[in-house]
Amino acid sequence: MAHIDVRNLSVTYGRHQALTNVTVEIPDGAISAVIGPSGCGKTTFLRSLNRLTDMSRGVHVSGEVLIDGENILARGADVTALRRKMGLLSQRPQVLPMSIYDNVAYGPRLHGVRDRKRLDAIVQQHLELASLWSEVKDRLRAPASGLSVGQQQRLCLARGLAVEPEVLLCDEPTASLDPVSAQHIEKRFVELKQEYTIILVTHILRQARRLADYVLYMYMGELVEHGPAEALFNAPSDPRTQAYLSGVIS
Amino acid sequence: MSRRHAVERFAQAAMLLSTVAVVSGLVLTVGVIVANGARSLNWEMVSQLPSGGYYLGGSGGVLNAIVGSLILAVGATVLAALVALPVALFLQPEYRGETRIAGVVRGSLDLLWGIPSIVYGAFGFTLLIYLGMRASLMGGIVALALVELPIMARAMDEVLRMVPAELREASYSMGATRWETMRRVVLPQVFGGLITAALLAFGRGIGDAASVLFTAGYTDNLPRSLQDPVASLPLAVFFQLGTPFPEVQQRAHASALILLIVVLIISVLSRVLTRRLTRFAVK
Repeated sequence: MAHIDVRNLSVTYGRHQALTNVTVEIPDGAISAVIGPSGCGKTTFLRSLNRLTDMSRGVHVSGEVLIDGENILARGADVTALRRKMGLLSQRPQVLPMSIYDNVAYGPRLHGVRDRKRLDAIVQQHLELASLWSEVKDRLRAPASGLSVGQQQRLCLARGLAVEPEVLLCDEPTASLDPVSAQHIEKRFVELKQEYTIILVTHILRQARRLADYVLYMYMGELVEHGPAEALFNAPSDPRTQAYLSGVIS
Repeated sequence: MSRRHAVERFAQAAMLLSTVAVVSGLVLTVGVIVANGARSLNWEMVSQLPSGGYYLGGSGGVLNAIVGSLILAVGATVLAALVALPVALFLQPEYRGETRIAGVVRGSLDLLWGIPSIVYGAFGFTLLIYLGMRASLMGGIVALALVELPIMARAMDEVLRMVPAELREASYSMGATRWETMRRVVLPQVFGGLITAALLAFGRGIGDAASVLFTAGYTDNLPRSLQDPVASLPLAVFFQLGTPFPEVQQRAHASALILLIVVLIISVLSRVLTRRLTRFAVK
């Protein structure tokens, strides 16, 4: 399980300051929920952790993100190895243009698994882990784009897990799902936190209350307050957190 | 009636009128070619080389031009694709997308697109003379490839730019490199679009007369090597229309009809093929 330690992380897009001096240590083997109003920097925070921020133009990142003591923002950091450690589940399920089987096998193949039997086993194991196996086992060769949105999101979860990451980064993973599919995914998270550090960006306060062990509240690019879920939800210390939790700002 | 409704009506009328103009243009062109050419179109015409006195109304066909055009256009399209695809990939966000260099390359391609093909022909001709070669299949393919390159590269570029960033990110977040993402995700996703881009260029290439006039030459025989001159359908049309004999002019229309049919067949074939190969693409 990887340990994540963020120090003075600031991100700017051109003139827009998206994150200001975020410093936080993420607890291992727990679900940490990142909450806050739209545009507060939740997604940017998540994307800095596996350096997807590199993809945007005109972005400037400063500070340190230490994963197992290694600063991933440093020049010469191995980005592909880093991303392998950090599984990502995005807001809209984004299946790859290939079969269901190949979607799950994509990561393992990239990282050198060639053996047919081993791939078969990996695919089955992770589809089961994402509770999708029984629904797709007879059509593994069919295009992944033919699945329903809820199934696609579970496929993305299976695909993310198949590279055996140590951290799961989830960006509002249930936002585009129906309630039943969303419940499926939430249940998985609770089971997965035994083995993974999960960072869950969500704008659904009730979801954070249901799932989170640790909570980070962000507002206008600042990390306003963070702490164990119980403490933060019951006795927020910052007036901005109080305002958000009581629904004055949303 | 209010002003807003009047504007609405006007806009609709303008769209309808333009559509009618485009469609009737197509129908008229094809109609004239079919009306004038269908009578001369027979098996002899597509299966035989021109024999003596063909351009005076003698017997024979335009097989030399059909085969020549196919080789020229296929060769040029393949050659152009070998350059256009890397150029288009280079212009994507993974490499030089949205930088000044990409802007310069896109601008240059757009300019090249606008250059009349006779200029490419003249350029190719100069090049041939400089290299001590004469009008040949090789020269024609290179000149045609130059004509096709800007269209193909820009069309491929636009197709690639349609790939959503989230799809690329899904691949990167698994630890894929840029090339792996291109090769395994982006290219399969847009394969159909790339074929369409190549077809667009093929269509322009096979119908182009000016660029092959000096570079490929014209002959009544089939080429035996890359150094031989080669005939082409557009030039066959051009030469036959230029004769004073109504019979031969009619054959020009028949040749044009053959050209149309060749393009149609290739376009339909590749569309069928594309559909089978892109069933995995994400909508």
